[in-house]
Formats: sequence, structure tokens, C-alpha cells
Amino acid sequence: MATTIPAGPLAAPRSARTTRSRGSSRTNMEMVAWLFMRLSGVLLLVLIFGHLFVNLVQGEGINRIDFAFVGGKWASPFWQFWDLAMLWLAMIHGTNGMRTIINDYAERDRTRLVLKVLLAAAFLLTVTLGTLVIFTFEPCPIGAPADLLPSFCPAS
Amino acid sequence: MPEKPAGTLYRGREGMWSWVAHRVTGFLIFFFLLVHVLDTSLVRVSPEAYNVVIGSYKNPVMGLGEAGLVAAIVFHAFNGIRVMLVDFWSKGTRYQRLMLWVVVGLVVVTMAGFLPRHLANVFGG
Ligand code: HEM
Repeated sequence: MATTIPAGPLAAPRSARTTRSRGSSRTNMEMVAWLFMRLSGVLLLVLIFGHLFVNLVQGEGINRIDFAFVGGKWASPFWQFWDLAMLWLAMIHGTNGMRTIINDYAERDRTRLVLKVLLAAAFLLTVTLGTLVIFTFEPCPIGAPADLLPSFCPAS
Repeated sequence: MPEKPAGTLYRGREGMWSWVAHRVTGFLIFFFLLVHVLDTSLVRVSPEAYNVVIGSYKNPVMGLGEAGLVAAIVFHAFNGIRVMLVDFWSKGTRYQRLMLWVVVGLVVVTMAGFLPRHLANVFGG
């Protein structure tokens, strides 16, 4: 964050840095990341507990989960948005957490680079795939057996 | 290359072990999430493909794995709130140890509610 240094008695001990260390920038990315871990954590608690309750506790729990169940949920924009928010927040939170872990344990520069490239690839792939699935999902595919489809499909 | 970590005040006892548990659970949940997005993506392939793969989550061995995973998430979530209280609440550091036992208690209560239900679903039919 850019702050102006007040002139006067305080000026001397607070003189500005003369050189910028490599990789430092004007904004404090690490602080933003730290804050994000906490904000997203609170939201994830609500999103994930709701997800687990609806999918594993309500009704017959896990035994009820099949294509028709997912189709029924994603027919509602409410659950589409819920799952999308959960996907993005959990992936950013988890990926940033993994970055911290890599920074802590991978000591060679090369190892860190390789692991972070892999991490970034996993992030992009998972978020892109998950987002596409939520938005391009077809609950009533033509030609599929009617008994596997949600009850609102014309074929069933 | 980073330097080897120096000695730290934070070695041992509840503070360190809760940090280790938070890290291990976060790590595990991350890899499960990658797999979970992949298996859910099968709804785009066909109803049959999705049902076959999700069916494998219903066998007893996987059922126990899911119980462990839920326990890991519940611990990580409650302990995450504890970490935030340590960071933002003026008395957070003073009560961090007590709060860990509150977290453990909440995990036990939550799992006591969840496990009978889930295990009955998995083993009962
Ligand atoms: C359920 C709600 C969740 C809450 C309340 C929560 C909270 C937190 C908090 C407060 C931190 C500490 C960050 C720090 O010390 O700077 C953290 C770290 C982490 N979280 Fe979560 N989290 C949640 C869900 C998740 C999920 C779903 C994942 C995986 C996708 C995850 C993976 C991680 C990882 C890998 C770390 C880094 C651990 C470390 O640096 O030792 N968390 N979490």
C-alpha cells in the first residue's frame, strides 16, 4: 500500500526503502492472500456444511445420489450458484494453501517451480472443467433410459 | 534458495499439533476435491457412466473413507475458525489452547450426529 511519509519529526526513522527487493510490488499480495484464506474459510464453512447435509444426511443420504439427483439439483439456479461458489472458493483457498505448503517444504528453486507449475495446471483444469459442467449440464439427454433421468424430463 | 528454518518458539504441544492437523487435513481435502470434480464431471458423459462411478462411493470401504473425509473437513473448518479467532480476537492467543479443546468437542458432537446416519446408509442398504 502506498503511504506518504509525513514530514517533520518522524521523517528520519521512517525513511523510505531505497531499493526494491526482487519480486516485491506496490500491493501486498501476501497480505491479500492471508485475508482471503480467512474470508473464504468462513464462506466455505457454510457452503460445505450445507453441501454435506443435503447430499449425505437428508433423505437416504448417499444412497440417493445418482444422475437424476444431480439433475434435480442443477435444475435450480440456487444450487448452480451454490456449487459454483463452492468450486471457485475451495479451489482458490486450497490452491493457495498448497502454495504455502510447497514454499515451506520444497527447498530447491527448481523443485518449487515444477511443483507450482503442476499446481497451477491442476487449478486451471479443475476450475474450468467444473464450471463448464455446471453450466453446460444437460439433465434430459436424448436417447438416455427414462428411468435414469430426473422426473421432470419429457422422456420419463 | 531459502534458509533452513531456525529454532522456533512454537515447537510441541497443542499449538503445533493443531497446526500439523490443519495442514494435513487441508492437503487431503485438496486432493479429494480434484477427484470429486472429475467424478462429478461424468454427468456430462452419460447417466450410466455417472451412476456406475458414483455407485463405487456407496460400497462399505469407500463409506468408511467418506466418514474419515467428513471428519477431516469438520476439523479443518472448526479449527480454521479458531485460527481466525487467534488472529482477530484480542484474547485469542490467551485462549488458543482452550479453543482447541472446544474445536475437538465440536468435532466429536458433529461426528456423533453424522456417523450413525451415514454408516446406516452405507451398511444398511
Ligand atoms: C470448511 C471451511 C474451511 C475453513 C473455515 C478453512 C480455514 C482455513 C484457514 C483459516 C487456514 C489458515 C491459513 C493460514 O494459516 O494462513 C486454512 C489453510 C488451508 N486450507 Fe482451509 N478452510 C476450509 C476449507 C478448506 C478446503 C475445502 C480446502 C481444500 C480444498 C482447504 C485447504 C487448505 C489448505 C491446503 C491450507 C494450508 C494449510 C497450511 O498452510 O498449513 N481448506 N484453511
